[in-house]
Amino acid sequence: MLNLDFSFLTWAVIKSNIVPGLLYSLQLTLVTMVGGILLGTFVALMRLSSKPWLQRVAAVYVDTLRSIPLLMVILWFYLLIPTGFYAAIAGSYGVDHRPELAAVITFTFFEAAYYAEIMRAGIQSVPRGQVYAGYAVGMTYAQCMRLVVLPQAFRNMLPVLLTQTIVLFQDTSLVYAIGAYDFLKGFLTVGQIYNRPDEVLLPAAACYFVISFSLSMLVRRLQSRIQIIR
Amino acid sequence: MIDIKNISKWYGNFRVLTDCTTTINKGDVVVVCGPSGSGKSTLIKTVNALEPIQQGDIVVDGTSISDKKTNLPKLRSRVGMVFQHFELFPHLSITDNLTLAQIKVLGRSKDEAIKRGLKMLDRVGLSAQKDKFPGQLSGGQQQRVAIARALSMDPIVMLFDEPTSALDPEMVGEVLDVMVGLAHEGMTMMCVTHEMGFAKRVSNKVIFMDAGKIVEDCSKDDFFGNPEARSPRAKEFLSKILQH
Repeated sequence: MLNLDFSFLTWAVIKSNIVPGLLYSLQLTLVTMVGGILLGTFVALMRLSSKPWLQRVAAVYVDTLRSIPLLMVILWFYLLIPTGFYAAIAGSYGVDHRPELAAVITFTFFEAAYYAEIMRAGIQSVPRGQVYAGYAVGMTYAQCMRLVVLPQAFRNMLPVLLTQTIVLFQDTSLVYAIGAYDFLKGFLTVGQIYNRPDEVLLPAAACYFVISFSLSMLVRRLQSRIQIIR
Repeated sequence: MIDIKNISKWYGNFRVLTDCTTTINKGDVVVVCGPSGSGKSTLIKTVNALEPIQQGDIVVDGTSISDKKTNLPKLRSRVGMVFQHFELFPHLSITDNLTLAQIKVLGRSKDEAIKRGLKMLDRVGLSAQKDKFPGQLSGGQQQRVAIARALSMDPIVMLFDEPTSALDPEMVGEVLDVMVGLAHEGMTMMCVTHEMGFAKRVSNKVIFMDAGKIVEDCSKDDFFGNPEARSPRAKEFLSKILQH
C-alpha cells in the first residue's frame, strides 16, 4: 500500500508556491487565447484571401506549426529567440523571466495556427449572401468582415474556440520543459522542498481536472445561450 | 440612369451572360423574367458589381462599374438591393440592421440614422418590431425590413432579386404591397420576379431572358398585350404562365 502523506500541503505552502504558478498558467492561457485568436483570425483571412501568395504563406504557417509537436516548438522558440529580443520587449523583466516570456510568445504563435483553422471554418460557415448584403449596402471588404462576417463567425465558433482554450490550458503545463514557473512547476517545487515528489502529482492532476472540467461545463451552458436565432 | 452595354460573363468556360444590353431610365419599373437558370439573377447582380463582368460595361448614374478608378463601395451605397433570402444581419437587432450601413458607410450620426431607419421601418409597417432580431420575424416581415434597410440609404435605384421567391404564399402579398407603393412613388426599380401580376400592375418595361441572353426588351403593354409579336421562346413562356 502506498504511504501517502499530504500534511505538508498547508495553505501557507500553497499560497507561496502554487498560487503564483496558477496565476502564471492562467495568465499564459488568457494572453495566448486573445493573441492567438487575433493572429489566428488574421491568418484565416489570409487563407481565404483571393491572392494566391497570401493563401500560400498562411497555409505554410498553419501546416508547419500543426505538424510539429508542441514540446519541440517550445524548445525551439526558447533556444532560438535571442536573449536580446526578450530584453528588448520586456526590459530587465525579459532577462529574469525569460522562460515565462518565451512561453507566451511560443504559445501565441502555436495556438494561432489552431485558432486560424477554427476561424476559417467559422468564416466559411457564414452564408455567402451575408457578404453580398454587406457589399450591397456599400461596405468595403474590411467593413464587411469586421461588422458582418467575423461577428457571426465568432459566435458560431465560440464553443470550439473555448474548447481549444481548455486544451491550451492543459498544454501550458509543457512549459515545464523550459523551466517556466507555472502551476505544475509550483506543485513540483513543493514536492521537492518537502521531499514528496509523488504525492504532489495527485493534487496537481485533480486541480487541472477540476478547472478544465468546470470550464467545459461552462462552455456547454454558454453554447445554448449564444446561438444566433435563425 | 442604368446603361447596360453589351455585357458578357463567364464562370470558367461556361458563358452565363451573352451580350446583354438595355437601358433603365429614371422612374422606370423594369421586371426581368424568364425561366430558371436564364441569367436573371446574375444580370441584376452585375448592376452593382456584386458579380464581375468580363466584357462590356455598365454605367450607373454616370459612373462606370468597370472603370478601375470607380469606388465600388460608394457606388453600391447608392444602389439599394433586396435579396431572395433577405440577408438581414442575424446578429443585429432590427434597428441596428437599419442603421449599421448608414453610420459606417454614409457617416451619419447615430441619432440621424435611427430617425431615418425607423421612418423606413414605419413605412413598411413594422415599427413595433424595432428591438427584435431577424430570426424572430416571419419571412415576409424580414423581407420588408430588408427593403427598409435598403431605403434607409436613400438609394437612387432599387434592385430586387426574386424578393418573394423564398416566401410562404401568404406572405408574398405584404412584400408586393410595399414594392407597389415604392413604384407608385416614382422609385426607379429593377425586379427579377416571377410575379406576373406585379409586372402587369406596376411595371412599364419587361425584360425576358433565356440562356443568358436578353430575348425581349419591350414595354409591358407590348409584352403582355401582344404575344403574337414576341419571340418563340417568350411566347412559350407566356402561354404557360398566362393560362392560369
